[in-house]
Amino acid sequence: MKTKNADRRLLAGREYLGASKIDGPLVFMKNTHPVGYGELVEIIAPDGSRRSGQVLETSDEIVCVQVFEGTTGLNLPGTGAHFMGEPLKLSVSEGMLGRVMNGLGKSRDGSPLPQGEFERDVNGEPINPTARVYPQNFIQTGISVIDGMTTLIQGQKLPIFSGNGMEHNELAAQIAKQAKVINNDSDFAIVFVAMGVKYDVARFFINSFEESGVIGNVALFLSLADDPSIERTITPRTALTLAEYLAFDKGKQVLVIMTDMTNYCESLREISTLRGEIPSRKGYPGYLYSSLAELYERSGKIKGSEGSITQLPILSMPNDDISHPIPDLTGYITEGQIVFDRSMHSRGLYPPINPLPSLSRLMKDGIGEGMTRKDHPHLSNQLFASYSHVQEVRNLASVIGEEELTSIDKQYIKFGNFFENNFISQGSDENRSIEGTLDLGWKALGYLPSEELQRLTEEEIDEYWTEADD
Amino acid sequence: MPTRIIGHVKRVNGPVITVTDITDAEMLELVRVGEEHLVGEVQKLNETEATVQVYEDATGLCPGENVYGSGSPLSVELGPGMIGSIYDGIQRPLEKLEEASGTFISRGLTFDGIDHTKKWHFIPTIKAGDTVNAGSIIGTVQESETIVHKVMISPTASEGVVISIVNEGEYTVVDDIAEISQNKSTDLKVQMLQKWSIRIPRPVKDRMNFHAPLVTGLRVIDTLFPLAKGGTVAIPGGFGTGKTMTQHAIAQWCDADIIVYIGCGERGNEMTDVLREFPQLIDPRNGKSLMERTILIANTSNMPVSAREASIYTGITMAEYYRDMGYAVAVMADSTSRWAEALRELSGRMEEMPAEEGFPAYLATRIAEFYERAGLMKTLCGAEGSVSVIGAVSPPGGDFSEPVTMHTKRFVRCFWGLDKSLASARHFPAISWTDSYSEYLLDVKGWWSKKSDDTWFQNRKEIMELLQKEGRLQQIVKLVGPDALPDSQNFILEVCNLFKNAFLQQNAFDKIDRYCTVEKQVKMLSVVLTYWHRGNEAINKGVPLVKLKRLKVVQEISRIKFTISNEDIDQIDKLELRLEKAISSLGGIYED
Repeated sequence: MKTKNADRRLLAGREYLGASKIDGPLVFMKNTHPVGYGELVEIIAPDGSRRSGQVLETSDEIVCVQVFEGTTGLNLPGTGAHFMGEPLKLSVSEGMLGRVMNGLGKSRDGSPLPQGEFERDVNGEPINPTARVYPQNFIQTGISVIDGMTTLIQGQKLPIFSGNGMEHNELAAQIAKQAKVINNDSDFAIVFVAMGVKYDVARFFINSFEESGVIGNVALFLSLADDPSIERTITPRTALTLAEYLAFDKGKQVLVIMTDMTNYCESLREISTLRGEIPSRKGYPGYLYSSLAELYERSGKIKGSEGSITQLPILSMPNDDISHPIPDLTGYITEGQIVFDRSMHSRGLYPPINPLPSLSRLMKDGIGEGMTRKDHPHLSNQLFASYSHVQEVRNLASVIGEEELTSIDKQYIKFGNFFENNFISQGSDENRSIEGTLDLGWKALGYLPSEELQRLTEEEIDEYWTEADD
Repeated sequence: MPTRIIGHVKRVNGPVITVTDITDAEMLELVRVGEEHLVGEVQKLNETEATVQVYEDATGLCPGENVYGSGSPLSVELGPGMIGSIYDGIQRPLEKLEEASGTFISRGLTFDGIDHTKKWHFIPTIKAGDTVNAGSIIGTVQESETIVHKVMISPTASEGVVISIVNEGEYTVVDDIAEISQNKSTDLKVQMLQKWSIRIPRPVKDRMNFHAPLVTGLRVIDTLFPLAKGGTVAIPGGFGTGKTMTQHAIAQWCDADIIVYIGCGERGNEMTDVLREFPQLIDPRNGKSLMERTILIANTSNMPVSAREASIYTGITMAEYYRDMGYAVAVMADSTSRWAEALRELSGRMEEMPAEEGFPAYLATRIAEFYERAGLMKTLCGAEGSVSVIGAVSPPGGDFSEPVTMHTKRFVRCFWGLDKSLASARHFPAISWTDSYSEYLLDVKGWWSKKSDDTWFQNRKEIMELLQKEGRLQQIVKLVGPDALPDSQNFILEVCNLFKNAFLQQNAFDKIDRYCTVEKQVKMLSVVLTYWHRGNEAINKGVPLVKLKRLKVVQEISRIKFTISNEDIDQIDKLELRLEKAISSLGGIYED
């Protein structure tokens, strides 16, 4: 094994001139030495500028390289390539916090990055399930509908399913600003990953981090809408490599915000189509699930480290369709989802989170006595059940009119309105404590008769429930 | 480490590589690729070229590297030491991997599936001079607190006479423990360890007719849609509908002797949850930890895709091995869709012509082959053993008409469809009573009749009819509101509502409710039906519905699941009597 690496490093010095084919972001080279799969490539453009690429397919005849910075300006005879003999690596250091980088982890703000502590393969390796620690620490986001009903847990991956024009960025920024673990003041850091979003969006996040004074703890990886789309496929891997270092080597609580996952998947589809691969659903490659899993699974907590990686990916559902392959596959990998609702958005509710399709899979072990409050599990269960009934009653009311409803159903309408306007809805800088959230939930239930509260125990009803005055 | 070079790498495309200069590779032979010795399997042979599927990440693999043959197909090691272990998709113990490479799984590591150095206390059950056959039991080992491991002769051996067998004592799995003369040139030496190719079903004597259900302790399953021991069932549901929760609940409480839980392409944290939770949970039947009967296979979604494809076969081969000893084994596969997607991904990389939605044309055959490995069998040693398969399906977008769900439905006889709207209302288990079915009703009727004084079949039929009626009435209610219905019909809604709350919903986190015995299920169903019969009579006599609804005892029925434990179910009889009294004392609208 040693000899092989030595051989390859020797050969890595060689430069090949002349590509045999260029197609979109892909460059094909012939007659090279044996090149490793996934190896890092330096492409030398005819004007002497250097770009990075990765080997997508290798054989003894032809090597296919994807060029992250795009292929504009390359020609067949004048394009050179250096095969580096090793996969794409990121030199990680704490000095990357407070800096702006591109998708490959190179400085974007002009000044050089500090010397890294380690060189890490950006593709990472799967975490052994036996080495994981089951995430159980409640993160208070200060947002009632999240804390109360889809609780975020440290080490969780909880995506926001949104649509164009809704306030997912505001929500993510608010969570980044307010998130805290009760009784724990350990070091935190934010890794922000922008994939194919507009500059304004990146600016919005930077401003928001500056305002709250955390910008020194934020590492930004920007691959914006006008950067080559191919770079987006590597951006989250680079960023997660740093996140893993910060969390598992340095023991920090890392929050990773990735926006927008839809653009990542579009780039994958682009490459897959160019390579003539057999598509599965909607033209996306068959390995979309595996590829997304390689990103999302790089979160959690491990034995022997204090740190954690909590992921908050944002994805815009094409056409608000939750069954589209991107949200669908994401939902199968992540530990729940926060779902935005267009109709709530148009009614002016912020955050427009519909609790019914939203879910937090790790919630069950992170709430209750000793963690939040003992009534939390049953209370959230009851709120789900009652709010779900509100939808049925509203459907009925739209057919027969609100006047014709039974008196109990009218109470449900009142409950629903209070719940939406006071519990779900809140200001974009309003930070509610978990007790405040739970009390508000009980206040909403006050609009319902106590016999309807079958998910709660009698003791809980006695202790917390009071009938609403109205 | 194998040293026989069978060819050289020609082309690398993700987990699929082309090997050239093939000499004597066999189909499905296990190979080691490159100097890092990545595990692979031969998929296709074409003149001097072979297509190999690699079970590890292929980064760094170069054309020209050697490929080494092992001479045998991808197999698992079977013997004492599997219970309580956690493996990846190709039977590498994850705990050993953690010791070797730390938190992250490195490549090219090789470990024996079971510990070759650990000594087990072997007790022979035969003596020299006895005649033995393929699959005969020659001794036992106490493998875990609850499982007695029966050491068998390989199922491919032929009849022979025992020349010698060791005395009771401590032996490793690779020690020779018996010698058998088979009228061949050499005598057969028997060890506790067996190797078996994962893609070949282990032979049995005969298939048997189903006669008992796999009791899961979940009311909606046991009472309404029972699964026979040795049967197959699919649990399809979109994300968030509780597939994994249902699988966990069954793995925890069902009355199988051994559980093989295959986490196939699922979340890492979920497997950690199982690892954390199972050792603490107590088996209600023997008071021992549930881990004492469980084997876990974890190939999470970010572990190599080919190993995900293999994990299903690894799991079922282990299950068959314990079945051969005469145990009832339940296999949970979560999720078979991820396995099918792995097939699709690999097929795409091999540039095969796709059929529906990019899946290979052989998808249906593979699904059928997998489910056919389940069954209630007369094993080679004459015992009765079973493998029941409970396969989760994750249809994209929750659409049951997609290829994996569709083909799975063709080969399973029981179907527990999960419903998104039930899940949003946090009605768990979210098993829909309109989509689900079980074809095992007649097979298990006899068993249930004994447990329920012949009432089960009839009562089940009655409540299912009520639920059907309720479904139709709900359509009307959606248009005109419940007030427009007469009391007699509104009462159907009321009874079904009670049935859903009190019976169908089950709280997996409640100490009492999470496991419900068959006896309690029978009584609970009977109470609900008593409410229906007596209440209906009362309404026909002119008692208004509001009076029935206001009965305090009805509230109590809805809380039986939390308040009355499996041990004092006599309380339910008393409640039933009180209910009958309360209803018969109700008068008409103007009486009181």
